[in-house]
Amino acid sequence: MQVSARELWTVLHGLIFGSVFLAAFAGGLAGLYSLRPELATVQGVQERIRRLTAGTWVMALIAWITVISGTYIVYPWYRARPPENADLTFFPRAYLLAKPSTAAWHTFGMEWKEHVGWFAPILATAVAFVVAYYGPQLAREDRVRRTTLWLFVVAFATAGVAGLFGAFLNKIAPIR
Amino acid sequence: MKEERPSGPAAAAILAAAVGVFVIGLLTTLNEAVDGLSRYLNWWSPAGPLTGKTGVGVIVWLLTWAALGARYRGASVDMGRIARWSWLLILLGLLLTFPPVFERFAGE
Repeated sequence: MQVSARELWTVLHGLIFGSVFLAAFAGGLAGLYSLRPELATVQGVQERIRRLTAGTWVMALIAWITVISGTYIVYPWYRARPPENADLTFFPRAYLLAKPSTAAWHTFGMEWKEHVGWFAPILATAVAFVVAYYGPQLAREDRVRRTTLWLFVVAFATAGVAGLFGAFLNKIAPIR
Repeated sequence: MKEERPSGPAAAAILAAAVGVFVIGLLTTLNEAVDGLSRYLNWWSPAGPLTGKTGVGVIVWLLTWAALGARYRGASVDMGRIARWSWLLILLGLLLTFPPVFERFAGE
């Protein structure tokens, strides 16, 4: 049972960091949605905001680790140019572009994923800051709470696009 | 009872994040449309122009956050207006990073 360094980093980037962000989303969304005076007591809001503050900061940090490891560690292996007569299965980008039937996985899937994935940490950081800044007062600031909730949804959606295409790409043209 | 916190710093964080993602989108499209731009965005060859597109986006985001944070410190702002501008910028950022859109601007 062997795992190469490249395979390990690919797993860490997508399956560990990326998946943790996506899995934690439901908890954060529920926390932001239910952070309303009519749904929680004063003590309830205070207890919830502590969890939400810690959770959103951890999610922002994980999102940053995911995009930085993806762009600066995994992506160079993906886009490496093959030498002449090389086995293209070791060069995912070239392998995908070599056949019309797989080219769109790069020209659409990877091109979208590599850019939109960076939205997640920026938006998640803004969400974490707003939650930490307002604290329990966020429960009374309905407009800000709703804006923050939707920013959180967009951060999740962009991470979801990146994660989904990452999973498909690693199935069709894995990094070895 | 604790004093209510003004909305300015939260508005600065939200609007700056929207500016950051818009800049990433704008540079993604400009990189296709403007000949030679990718040379300047290629900050690290193994990862190519993606480093510059996202690097500039992150720098602009942080500078905007610092500037707006200073401007809005202690102030209450119209959050409805901030939210509308933020959503417009985020929507544009999303559109400009969508391959069928930015590929329309690609040179021959």
